[in-house]
Amino acid sequence: MTAEDQKSECPCKLALPTEAPAQGISRRNLLLKVGAGLNGIAAALIGVPLLGYVLSSFTKSSPNSWISLGPLDRFPQGETRLAVYRNPVSKPWDGDTAQVPCWVRRIDSQAFQVFAINCTHLGCPVRWFQESRLFMCPCHGGAFYEDGSHASGPPPRGLFEYQHRIEGGELKVLGGHVPTLAEPL
Amino acid sequence: MLRSIALWLEERLHLMKLFESTAGHKVPPSTNSWFYVFGSGTLLCFVLQIVTGTCLAFVYVPSTSQAWTSLQYLNNQQFLGWFLRAVHNWGSIFMVGIMTLHLVQTFLFGAYKYPRELTWVSGCVLFLCTLGMAFTGQVLRFDQDAYWGLGIGASIMGRVPLIGAQLVHLMLAGSTIAGETLSRFFSLHVFVVPGTIIALLSLHLRLVLTKGINEYPKAGCVVRKESYATEYEEMIEKTGVPFVPNVIGKDLIFSGFLIVAIVTCALVFGPAGPSGPPNPTLIHTAPRPDFYFLPIYAILALLPAYMETVLLLVAPLLGLAVLILLPFYSGTGEKSFRRRPMAVVIVLLAFLTVGLLAYLGTFAPWSPHMDAWSGTPAPAAYVKGRSGLELQGAILIQSKQCRNCHSLGGEGGMRGPALDTVATRLTRDQLIRQVIQGSGNMPAYGKNLRPAEVTALVAFMQTLRPSYQPEARDSTQSAQTVSR
Repeated sequence: MTAEDQKSECPCKLALPTEAPAQGISRRNLLLKVGAGLNGIAAALIGVPLLGYVLSSFTKSSPNSWISLGPLDRFPQGETRLAVYRNPVSKPWDGDTAQVPCWVRRIDSQAFQVFAINCTHLGCPVRWFQESRLFMCPCHGGAFYEDGSHASGPPPRGLFEYQHRIEGGELKVLGGHVPTLAEPL
Repeated sequence: MLRSIALWLEERLHLMKLFESTAGHKVPPSTNSWFYVFGSGTLLCFVLQIVTGTCLAFVYVPSTSQAWTSLQYLNNQQFLGWFLRAVHNWGSIFMVGIMTLHLVQTFLFGAYKYPRELTWVSGCVLFLCTLGMAFTGQVLRFDQDAYWGLGIGASIMGRVPLIGAQLVHLMLAGSTIAGETLSRFFSLHVFVVPGTIIALLSLHLRLVLTKGINEYPKAGCVVRKESYATEYEEMIEKTGVPFVPNVIGKDLIFSGFLIVAIVTCALVFGPAGPSGPPNPTLIHTAPRPDFYFLPIYAILALLPAYMETVLLLVAPLLGLAVLILLPFYSGTGEKSFRRRPMAVVIVLLAFLTVGLLAYLGTFAPWSPHMDAWSGTPAPAAYVKGRSGLELQGAILIQSKQCRNCHSLGGEGGMRGPALDTVATRLTRDQLIRQVIQGSGNMPAYGKNLRPAEVTALVAFMQTLRPSYQPEARDSTQSAQTVSR
């Protein structure tokens, strides 16, 4: 029975599927393949930009830049003081999180060390203890000497140290990312 | 009238057919047990979390500059905002708890065995997703703990070889913890992970219907791939009872108690936090995770440093593989825990380990007490009748912050040993050496103490022993001591 015959017999009855030819491409088969191919292209058109959007932070490198911590006389010789700078890549809605604290140790008139606040173990904020001249971490008990070297506890290395320079009577550091073992300062 | 509406709907939606194949499906009568209520309990918690979470999102602002303020607003100004926050928090705690019980029950009852492998695998991933919800939820409570918790997450990511830095960027949505970080976690907590949970849950429930609920295992009845499916079908045909209304009663009662328990906890204990504002310049903080992550927090302090990175990165993956692949290497055989002593031992050991680590995490003996040196005076008995030099030492033990790590009279840090009886353990020479050079976990104080200060400090420590115990003595000097 051909399709023509079916049609004449009962016009409202759904046509029975015609047997696919043994070889070659049937019309339905072709439409399916074209449709699937078209949707594959459509998926790529949406999917690739989508992945690019989501993974953009994966490939982005850290935008470090020189940031001033203020005039040199803010840091007395022989002491270690907390300094705060504004993250150079901050956004208007960052709020307080745009502020980044760091420890500045002034050894003599021109010699400085600037340490990240983050413990090298797991990033908790280390605190400076003037009397024992130690940085202590509140999380897992890491301790560092005043020059940033590892004193005790689980941290795998000394404190992360910023590159710094003195320019126009101001202390400047190179910052812009959270220091981690993979990407120290 | 009602009947005709019902019939009209039935004709279109085939509700009777739907009921028969879902809620009314036949289950083994042995599953009418109190051990089988944890799955529905977890589902109930999830629904409660969606409802309360959606309501909280009406008010919460996912912006680093506003989130903390909006949480304060929810707690103090929004009508019943505190209650919804509390229910959401306690709902999450109960969800993790009940889900753990569900996992343990299916493990002990051998429910993961043939042919329910996929049910187990999807359940394990659901468990992971739930922990993911717990972590991302903790971040949305954007306070000091959340801020530094993100720092800890970034530090862990930073230990991954080769792509560590990129993973940190992906997690933080940039190079620092800032506005986009919170938006990212909001999206994960509100859209991505719950969406994944709903998809996996559909699969999980579908599998419960297609492969049937696990019968209450009998000792000696072993699972064989050749015969299990036919045996199960026969049993359902002969003795099966519809889940609704025959078996659902216990689930309903448990669910009712669960809601009452969550609401009671919410009313009694209130919402969690937020703690201090998420301002990174306020460094006088000791970040602590929520209780589900206390065991991880503890193990990170207790592992030897040299194996930390490996265990941190490899152990979770290995553990996960062992858990997820369980039905593929132990898919047949005995189901009953009465004939599987190792299964019982594993569960007990796991609970003991996790419980002990969490307990240690609650008071963190490895962390220095940052304020002990200035806030915890030396006990009066330890300074009474001491010489001027010894008293000078007692002052130094405070001012040099020794108390942050060493306790006296039960107060002070627990990082180092208590000093109450230190004179019975170390001789004068050993004390001097320990103070100057440090060792083990103790930093060296040689550069920070003048010789006179060391003398005073050691003189004081030599008085720290009970009157009935002799002071430590150097065995090589013993002959002289006796002859003297």
